[in-house]
Amino acid sequence: MTNQTKTSTYQRFSRKGLSRRSLLGRASVLGLGALIGGGVPFSAALAQEPVKGGILKMGLGGGESTESLDPAMALVQVAFHTTRTFGETLLDVNPDGSLDMRLATDVSSSPDAMTWTFAIREGVKFHDGSELTAEDVLETMRRHSDEDSQSGALGIMKGIKDMRVEGGNFIVELAEANADLPYLMSDYHLVIQPNGGRDNPGAGIGTGPYRVVEAEPGVRYTFEKFADYWDDSRGHFDGVEFAVINDATARNAALQSGQVHIINQVAPKVAGLLGRAPGLEVKSVAGRGHYVFIMHCDTAPFDNADLRMALKYAINREEMVDKILQGYGSVGNDIPINASYPLFDDTRPQRAYDPELAKEFYEKSGHDGSPIVLRVAEGAFPGAVDAAQLFQESARACGIPLEISREPDDGYWSDVWNVEPFCASYWSGRPVQDQMYATAYLSTADWNDTRFDNAEFDAKLVEARAELDQEKRKQLYREMADILADEGGLICPMFNDFIEGVSDQIQGWEESGVLEVMNGLAPHKCWLA
Amino acid sequence: MNAYIAKLVAQRIALGLLLIFLVSIMIFLGTQILPGDVAQAILGQTATPESLANLREELGLNASATERYFSWLTGILHGDLGTSLSNGRDIASAISERLGNTLFLASWAALISVPLAIILGLVSVLYRGRWPDKVISAATLSAISVPEFMMSYILMYYVAVQLGWAPSVAMLNDRMSLLEKLHAISLPIAVLVMVVLAHMMRMTRAALLNVMQSAYIETAELKGIRRSAVIWRHAFPNSIAPIVNVVMLNMAYLVVGVVVVEVVFVYPGMGQYLVDHVSKRDVPVVQACGLIFAAVYIFLNMVADIVSILANPRLRHPK
Repeated sequence: MTNQTKTSTYQRFSRKGLSRRSLLGRASVLGLGALIGGGVPFSAALAQEPVKGGILKMGLGGGESTESLDPAMALVQVAFHTTRTFGETLLDVNPDGSLDMRLATDVSSSPDAMTWTFAIREGVKFHDGSELTAEDVLETMRRHSDEDSQSGALGIMKGIKDMRVEGGNFIVELAEANADLPYLMSDYHLVIQPNGGRDNPGAGIGTGPYRVVEAEPGVRYTFEKFADYWDDSRGHFDGVEFAVINDATARNAALQSGQVHIINQVAPKVAGLLGRAPGLEVKSVAGRGHYVFIMHCDTAPFDNADLRMALKYAINREEMVDKILQGYGSVGNDIPINASYPLFDDTRPQRAYDPELAKEFYEKSGHDGSPIVLRVAEGAFPGAVDAAQLFQESARACGIPLEISREPDDGYWSDVWNVEPFCASYWSGRPVQDQMYATAYLSTADWNDTRFDNAEFDAKLVEARAELDQEKRKQLYREMADILADEGGLICPMFNDFIEGVSDQIQGWEESGVLEVMNGLAPHKCWLA
Repeated sequence: MNAYIAKLVAQRIALGLLLIFLVSIMIFLGTQILPGDVAQAILGQTATPESLANLREELGLNASATERYFSWLTGILHGDLGTSLSNGRDIASAISERLGNTLFLASWAALISVPLAIILGLVSVLYRGRWPDKVISAATLSAISVPEFMMSYILMYYVAVQLGWAPSVAMLNDRMSLLEKLHAISLPIAVLVMVVLAHMMRMTRAALLNVMQSAYIETAELKGIRRSAVIWRHAFPNSIAPIVNVVMLNMAYLVVGVVVVEVVFVYPGMGQYLVDHVSKRDVPVVQACGLIFAAVYIFLNMVADIVSILANPRLRHPK
């Protein structure tokens, strides 16, 4: 019961919180050797020497007056950015998918990937003046994983059997082997805080380059440079200011009028227009978030595999990317994974719109011709209603009658999604393939929103998790992808990009598809020209 | 006769207080009949029987509705609005800041729009049917016909982005001087003025024209008094009651109805605060905001009533 509850807490937070944001990104190949060898230090090609000083101003959408500074409770975009700005995790993921050692200086594992050792950096100070110790790390991880934790990272911490401190090392014992643990430890909720942040979770104390000065939830946050910050290569501004601007047009205007330097979440519709304005640039970065139509494999008429296949062939993915994402995205292939993930097999054939095949499968399914109801709300993903209408049209051309039922946004995630047999939804992606599949496609997952139940798939997932041979692992993920795409209830038409607006005054920008706005590290890595 | 007026005024105030009391009951009942119980709404998917029981205990939900209502009411009378469920902050201090911002914006908008509306109304009556009247009517009516957000975007684009005269984001902080603050909120003020102007100006015009048809105005005109003096000295005092009513309605709107303008200009007022907490089912905050909005509305309408009473010539000049 407790585990069930925990899982759903994590998943609910991740779904609502990480809206249109994927976890981790653009990794090429996950090299376990690199992990054990201590990771790769940050070494992006910086053309110029950073300039110190100035105030960075960011206009951010996705903020609420209900949020707090507690990293465990960071749900929406603005909370993510504040957490990243004042705090640091043990490791970060570089744009190329390698690991960056932050508060850990070294990571190693036992050969069976069951026991992991993190060496903790020395000489790091918290904003309250105290020194970072391995005990602080242990307490932080405990706070995010204990019985009454409401942390957004709870799902990640679930597989941990035991944690302890030995000397300056933090040691994690897993219940089952997981080769991806260092990636999971880079989750942005897991900001290391003095005594784990237990004394005052909302105080906003971390080890980051900037100290919280003012926090007005839903309005603005201000930070000043932390004089005792340990890493001289980061944190070039004297201060950072976040203005919470939830209205998309107002964000654009703030950037254009020079009131802010960086904005997040530029709408695809206006990205092209905004890019033509002087003094700024629109950056589009491929991420892992994707928009989906999901069918319950155990509910009529979707319990019929031929009907599911008919619908998969009846959707025009290219058209959706063009018209819904305005080209700021890429086509999906009926699996929740794209090339941004490590161990992705790019030789899998792309499924395309095929009215002939769709007709064939539809006739084979013997469906009685009654309209198939697709439930959708504008809040399911931006442009969801339009996407459903495109789907309806392309299906009509295949002789498949789709009926769109528009649902209210309020209550969509509790009354429609994961309840009704056919609806629109989105996923924000996960750090690694294993976690994405385990969250939503394992037969026992709480968030198995397609009611997918395939013993072979489940077995391969567990096998791949403990497999240390990367080639074998990649092969297993390929086989799982094939099973899911052919038999699953997932129709994945598109992956959406992060689209951001950046002033010409900002230098040091790097593309990172891990999470939005340089994985939240613009205040750390950028500087004013 | 003054005693009579005092009695009428006292009656209005008593009625206002009674109304607030009734509204408080309605707000309380309204939040009680939300589907599911409050603890369930707060915990949602994460609810376990134990955590539900704990939260019910913490919120005092085990007491009867009447008991809970009275403890809530007593708290409010002592200035204690409780704490927010979503982030544990004290509601009274959060609201006082937000309400202060809202009132700051509303009062400057009112300070500009009310005299402007009345002057424009007087001018259009003075030049009734001639071009100034037509220009004023056309301009104010077109301003009110454009939706607020559209007007905001238009101003933002031309004034903030193209000309760079005013900021597009109305951010305030304590370190700003009054002049800097006014500069920061100049665009939202402009939008609000345009939104409320037409209503008040048209009402002023209509009320004045109504009075202008009276026999005593004709007498005044026959005496040879200038038309402007007739309007200002004879007609205006007798049309104060309807004008004050519409002015108060618009001021109430400036306080409770400006969510859209607040969102577009990122102004940290009450509207956005309430909307955020409604979506989180943060009941104590919603109750507190609801009560404050109701109180503002009732207070302004009460002021309108009292001014109408005081402005009634039959009461001011008893036979």
